[in-house]
Amino acid sequence: MTERPDLRTLASDLLAADAAKIAGLMLAIYVTYILVGVILGYSPGGMVNTLRRLTFLVAIYSMVALALNLHWGYTGLFNIGVAGFMAVGLYTMAMLAKPAVPTGGAQYAGLGLPIPIAILGGVVAAALAGFVVALPALRLRADYFAIVTIAFAEIVRLLYTAAPFQEFTIFGYTTGTGGGRGLLFNFRDPMVGLYELPIFEGATAFVNRFIEFSPSQAQAVLYTAVLVVVLAAYYLLLKRTGESPFGRVLKAIREDEEATNALGKNTSAFKIKSFMLGCALMGLAGILWQFRRAGITPSAFRPHVTFYIWIALIIGGAGSNTGSILGAGIFTAGLFEGPQYLRRVIGSQISVGQPPGTFADAVGPMFALNFQPIVAYLFNNMLTLQFVFMGVVLVWLMQNRPEGLLGHRTETAAAVPLRRRSDETAEALAREETEEASDR
Amino acid sequence: MGGPLMAAIGESYSRGRTVVEERPFEVLVGLAGLLLLFDLVSGMATGRYSVSRIGRFVWDGLMYGLIIGLAGIGLSLTYGILQFANFAHGDYITSGAFMGWGITYVIAGWGSANFGHLLLVAPQGNVTGGLLEIGITSTPFAVLVGLVAAGLATILLVLLLDRIVYRPMRDAGGIPLLIASIGVAFALRYLVVLVYSARTRGTTLRQPGTAIPLVDGSLLVDAHDATLLVATVALMVGVHLLLQRTKLGKAMRAMSDNRDLALITGIPTERVIRWTWIIGGGLSGMAGYLMVLWTGTIDFQFGWLLLLLIFAAVILGGIGSVYGAIFGGLVIGIAMRLSLVWLPTGDFDLVAAFGIMILVLLLKPQGLFAGRTTA
Repeated sequence: MTERPDLRTLASDLLAADAAKIAGLMLAIYVTYILVGVILGYSPGGMVNTLRRLTFLVAIYSMVALALNLHWGYTGLFNIGVAGFMAVGLYTMAMLAKPAVPTGGAQYAGLGLPIPIAILGGVVAAALAGFVVALPALRLRADYFAIVTIAFAEIVRLLYTAAPFQEFTIFGYTTGTGGGRGLLFNFRDPMVGLYELPIFEGATAFVNRFIEFSPSQAQAVLYTAVLVVVLAAYYLLLKRTGESPFGRVLKAIREDEEATNALGKNTSAFKIKSFMLGCALMGLAGILWQFRRAGITPSAFRPHVTFYIWIALIIGGAGSNTGSILGAGIFTAGLFEGPQYLRRVIGSQISVGQPPGTFADAVGPMFALNFQPIVAYLFNNMLTLQFVFMGVVLVWLMQNRPEGLLGHRTETAAAVPLRRRSDETAEALAREETEEASDR
Repeated sequence: MGGPLMAAIGESYSRGRTVVEERPFEVLVGLAGLLLLFDLVSGMATGRYSVSRIGRFVWDGLMYGLIIGLAGIGLSLTYGILQFANFAHGDYITSGAFMGWGITYVIAGWGSANFGHLLLVAPQGNVTGGLLEIGITSTPFAVLVGLVAAGLATILLVLLLDRIVYRPMRDAGGIPLLIASIGVAFALRYLVVLVYSARTRGTTLRQPGTAIPLVDGSLLVDAHDATLLVATVALMVGVHLLLQRTKLGKAMRAMSDNRDLALITGIPTERVIRWTWIIGGGLSGMAGYLMVLWTGTIDFQFGWLLLLLIFAAVILGGIGSVYGAIFGGLVIGIAMRLSLVWLPTGDFDLVAAFGIMILVLLLKPQGLFAGRTTA
C-alpha cells in the first residue's frame, strides 16, 4: 500500500502553517526593527518600547481588520465607516465610565459605572449603531452602502465634535462628549489589579536588574500582552464563525445573495447579524486602542483610520483571517511606522542638509542640477510622503493583486473536521472513482 | 347625487391607504418635510423667523448648491459611464483650485514677491490674497485667467490619472475601481500638502456689494456672489449645449446605457471616456476655483469635505444625469443652509446634508431623474 498523506497531519500542518506565517512575519519585523534600533543606538529599554509600540499597533489594526474581514471578506458588506463604529464604542465607554461628579476644570461628568460594564456598554452601543446603519441600508448596492457608511462615520465624528453635545442632561444624568476639546479619561485603570500582582512586580524587578525598565514601561508591555491575548480571541471567534454554518451562509451571500435567498435563507437577518457582530468587534478594538491614553478627541476618528484598515485588509487578502493579521503586520511595520524609522536611520547615517521652506525653493535649484534641496525637502516631509505612498500602494494592489496575499483561498466549508474520514471510506471513494472512469 | 363623489373619495382613500401601508417610511419623511415647510412659512408670516436671515440662508445655500451642482456634473458623468463612485473627485476639486489660484497669484502679484511662492499660493504666509488685492473687481484678468487655468490644469491631471490608474482597470468592476479611487484620493491630497503645504490661507480681498432690502433687513450680495452665479450658470448652459447639440452627448447616453452595445455599434468608447474626464475634470477644477473665490480661503481638505455633499447631490438627482446633479446640488445646498433655521450652531448643517443623502439612498436610491442619464 502506497503511503497516503494522513489528513489529520495535513490539517494540523495547515493550521501550523497559518500560525507559522504570522509568527514568521512578526519575527522578521522584530529582527528588522531590532537592527534599526541598533543602528540608531537605542538603549535596551528604548528597543523594548519600539517593539512594544509595534506589537500594540499590529494587534489593534489586526483586530479591526479581522472585524472588517467579517463584513467585506465574508459577507460582502462594503463598510468604509470603520472609524465611526470605533468612535461609538470608545465614546460610549468613556461616557459610561467617567466619574459622576466631575473633578477639576474642563471636565464633564459621566455615569460612573465600573469599567467592565462600561466596556460592555461601548461594545453594545457599537453593535446597535451597526444595526441602525444596516437595517435600512441592506437593500442597497455595495457602492451606495459604502457611501452610507462613510456618511454615518462623518456624522458620528461631527456629532462628537458639536458644541451642543459638549455637556448635556438626559434622564436626569448630566454627561457630555466634550465637543472638539474631547474627554479626559479620569477613571481608574482596571489593569491596576494586574499591576499589583506580586508576579508582575517580581518580573519588573527582575528585568530591572539587567536593563533600566520603569514601572510604566512594564505596565505598557503588560497591556500589549493582554491585547495579543484579545487578538487571539478575535481570531478564534472569527475563524469559528467563518467555519460555522452561519459563516457558510455569509460566504454564500457574498457570492450570490439571490441564490442564497432562493435556497430559503433569510439573507437580511444574516447580513444584519454579521454586520452587528463586526461593528461590536470594531467598537471593542476602538476602546482598546485608546484606552491607556490620557483622553480622546474626535479627530482621532478621521477617515484615515478606515483607510489604514482597508489597506491592511487588502494587503492580507479579503476573505482570510490569517491574511487580515498578516496585512495588519505588513501595513504597520512597512507603511505606518516604517517610513519614519527609515527617515531616522538615514538621518543618523548621512546628513541631508537644511531643508528648504517651500516646494518651490526645493525644485528651483534642480534646474541648476542641484538636487540636495529637493532631497532634503522630501526627507523633511516624510510624514506627508508616507500618505502619498499608502495611496499609491492601494492603487498598485488593486491593479496588480486585488486578492492580496491570502485572498480567494479555498477554505474548508465543513463545520466538522474532515480528518475523521477513515481509510475504508477513502478506499470506497477511490473504487467509485475508478468505476466511474471505466463507465466512460 | 353624492354617489360618484363618495366613490371617488373612497377610491382615493383606499389608494392613499395602500401608499401609507406599502411605504410608511416615505410617507413619514414626506409629512416631516411638509411640517417643516409649514413651520417655515408660518414662522416668516408671523415674524417668528427673520425673513432676511432666511433670505441669507437661501442665498448661501444657492451659492453652495451651484458649486456642488457644477462639481457634481463630472462625478455624475463618470459614475454613469465608467460605473464607479470616484472618491478622488473631491481631491480633483482641491488640486484644480490650488493650480488655478497659483496662476492668479502669479498674475496679480507679478514682481511683488518670489515667483515660486506665488505659484504655490503663498505657502509661507508672507503674501496673502488680501495683500495682493485679489478680487473680481480689483484684478478681473487674474481671476479669469486663473479660472481657465484651473479647468485646463485639472483636465490634464485627470487625464493623466485615468491613463495611470483607471484605464488599466477598465473592466475590473465598480468596487475595485472605487477602492483604487480612495487610494488616488489620499495620494493626491497629500501631494497637494507636499507641494502647497497644509496651511489654510486667505485668498481674496473683500468685495463691494449691494444690499437687497428684504422685509425686516437686507441681503448683502457682493461681486464674488455675482461672479459665482454667472460663471456656474454659464458653464452649466455650456455643458447642456455640448451634450445636446453634439454627437458626444448621444454617445455618452449610449455608453452609460450599455457599454458593450455601444462598442459594437461603432461608438469609440475610449474617446467618449476621455471626453467624459475632460468635461468632468474641467468642471470640477473650475468649481473648486470658484468655491475658493467665494469663500475667500483655501486649504487642502475642502474638496474632500465637499465630496460627500456632491455624492448626496448626484444620488439625489440620479446617477448619470447632468440636470439631476445640478438640481440635486441646489436642493442639498439650500437644505443644508436652511436646516440652520431649526438646528443650533454651525456644526449641524453638514450632519443635516449627510442625513438627507442617507434618506434619499434609503427612499429613492435610483434618484429623482433616474433613467434620463446625461440628458
